[in-house]
Amino acid sequence: MIEPYEGDKLARLEADAAAITARYPDPRSGLLPLLHLVQSEDGYVTGEGIAFCARTLGLSTAEVSGVATFYTQYKRHPCGTYNVGVCTNTLCAIMGGDAIFDELSEHLGIGHDETTDDGAITLERIECNAACDYAPVMMVNWEFFDHQTPQSAAEIVDTLRAGDQVVPTRGADSVASFTEMSRVLAGFPDGRGGEGIGAGEPTLVGLRLAKDKGWEAPELPVAEPPPTRAQEEPVEPVPGGEQSSVDTPAAPPEGGTADTETGREPSEEA
Amino acid sequence: MATTLTPVLSARWGVEESWSLRAYTDNGGYTALRTALATDPADLISAIKDSGLRGRGGAGFPAGMKWGFLPPSDGGPRYLVVNADESEPGTCKDTPLMMADPHLLVEGTIITAFAIGCHQAFIYVRGEILHVYRRVLEAVAQAREAGYLGTDILGSGFDLEIVVHAGAGAYICGEETALLDSLEGRRGQPRLKPPFPAVAGLYARPTVINNVETIASVPSIVARGADWFRSMGTDKSTGFGLFSLSGHVTRPGQYEAPLGITLRELLDMAGGVREGHHLKFWTPGGSSTPLLTDAHLDVPLDYEAVAEAGSMLGTRALQIFDETTCVVRAISRWTDFYAHESCGKCTPCREGTYWMKQILARIEHGQGTMEDLDTLLDVCDNILGRAFCALGDGATSTVTSGIALFRDEFAAHITGAGCPFDPVASALFDYTPRARREGRELSGMPAGTGGA
Repeated sequence: MIEPYEGDKLARLEADAAAITARYPDPRSGLLPLLHLVQSEDGYVTGEGIAFCARTLGLSTAEVSGVATFYTQYKRHPCGTYNVGVCTNTLCAIMGGDAIFDELSEHLGIGHDETTDDGAITLERIECNAACDYAPVMMVNWEFFDHQTPQSAAEIVDTLRAGDQVVPTRGADSVASFTEMSRVLAGFPDGRGGEGIGAGEPTLVGLRLAKDKGWEAPELPVAEPPPTRAQEEPVEPVPGGEQSSVDTPAAPPEGGTADTETGREPSEEA
Repeated sequence: MATTLTPVLSARWGVEESWSLRAYTDNGGYTALRTALATDPADLISAIKDSGLRGRGGAGFPAGMKWGFLPPSDGGPRYLVVNADESEPGTCKDTPLMMADPHLLVEGTIITAFAIGCHQAFIYVRGEILHVYRRVLEAVAQAREAGYLGTDILGSGFDLEIVVHAGAGAYICGEETALLDSLEGRRGQPRLKPPFPAVAGLYARPTVINNVETIASVPSIVARGADWFRSMGTDKSTGFGLFSLSGHVTRPGQYEAPLGITLRELLDMAGGVREGHHLKFWTPGGSSTPLLTDAHLDVPLDYEAVAEAGSMLGTRALQIFDETTCVVRAISRWTDFYAHESCGKCTPCREGTYWMKQILARIEHGQGTMEDLDTLLDVCDNILGRAFCALGDGATSTVTSGIALFRDEFAAHITGAGCPFDPVASALFDYTPRARREGRELSGMPAGTGGA
């Protein structure tokens, strides 16, 4: 049986854990933040960390391990100060993400989920990180580095390995270490939300075009509906009534499939 | 041009320190909250129903109806959970919204909580967008400081706390019942429905779960009315939404427009497909929506018309691919994603995506057979409608549509012993592929190594 920490470290973590579990009606909801917390302490989810979470929540270590291994952000072995993730999901891969990953892999001499000997960089292939309009995208400790090329990505990792700082395209003014980042994800703010920009160019492109063209959402009251397709024959809303083809079974994940013919009996969605 | 852009959600994104409370209140923020707190909650729900607002997370279920499914109060707690776990490949709207204007989400959350009689709300933010998490966390703290959260909000007698919760990397947690399990500190696996979350959701209590963009649309409807909202969009797909253009397009980015705008109109605004190239295929709403082609440029991007065209509006994640793109490579990579992200709960998705990934990899790298195409379709047939949740269904969308639209291209990979496309041509920069430098001439990754 692994002991869950000791001494000052234990006292400090117990205080943090109490703050986490106090946020939720049921303390077990604190498990994901607790795992981020132990990762912020140890650099990865250690056996001690698992034992600490289990003891805090009155769970078995097996139950905690079962949760920790489900989520990709929890690392089960030591990793670098900087987690460098190259998006190789379809869109970024095709726009150049595959080439960026290959370049970094060759340049650093490591593959997916491996760490450089100096402990600076862990390289990962990552899935779509919700920045497709900035493709190809790379994340360093989950801060955005947009519009990358093999050269720019190699420069970033070289700078980090030299012990110098790099500036995210959209994020804080510098990249927090893996452990500092994990503490934020545990729900302890680092006061850096005010750093950086609000929006990059692709985020603003539609807004700027609208301003140039003088396009706005209609004023109130609406004198004349805009000439979109269905406005030609306005139809009264039927609150609570049949609205569309969405009366299909489960709500899908983001971007899901409610309109798909699933062969299931339609049921009432909630 | 028939349709023009209608910035509402994105209206404040360009102002200085747009994420700050000051910028938000200087630009009209938190006035809808005052209106809402002076309104009967039942009237707020009616207004959202009348607006026709449909869930912006992909499913398109009417938001007001979802709220209306909550049973009458039994005196116990009920919860609001905001799904900010944006992870569908191609989808990139909630992340910039929360980064630029987190208070809009906070205000929408407070109004919605008031409308449904909830005193504890959660915003479940994807853990892989650190700076967005910081911004939402700080926005909630600022709102609390300013008296928009806590007890007796603005003297109304209404109490509310919001917890901003970070996920830890799992696509499945965007599925609402999986999100609830995750929020309860478990592996994020979907639940059987019924019972629906409205009846037994978080901690088995009545719960409303809505997407970020849905909740962010609420303040403007409260401020300007259901009729105003309905004056945009189509009759069954009302209002505005963020259309996210990405890929081989001259000016990718966020275009906020009425539902029913077409890709042709959006591409005109975005400067067209990248210079010297033309559209080959696109997704209307992320990688879980069947592929469309240049034959669908004039399909109105609303729920009904896109469904009629054989796909789904989804999250309006318009990923644009030009003729340099290998469709087999694209679909193979999406399938790697589903295999990686399958939660493992149900056999059709867990096993089906596992085998599809391998079959597609061997086809892409010239080791497939024509029989593999039939096998793929057969596997899809065994997933679609048989998977436990819609994630499994979504894994089949691009495979079945891709084979239907581009069977010749699949065949060319099989009979021509490899991918006929040059990956350099589709990239946004020039480079020499590692495989080429090392004398191996295969595109992309070695077979079977995809997925993070």
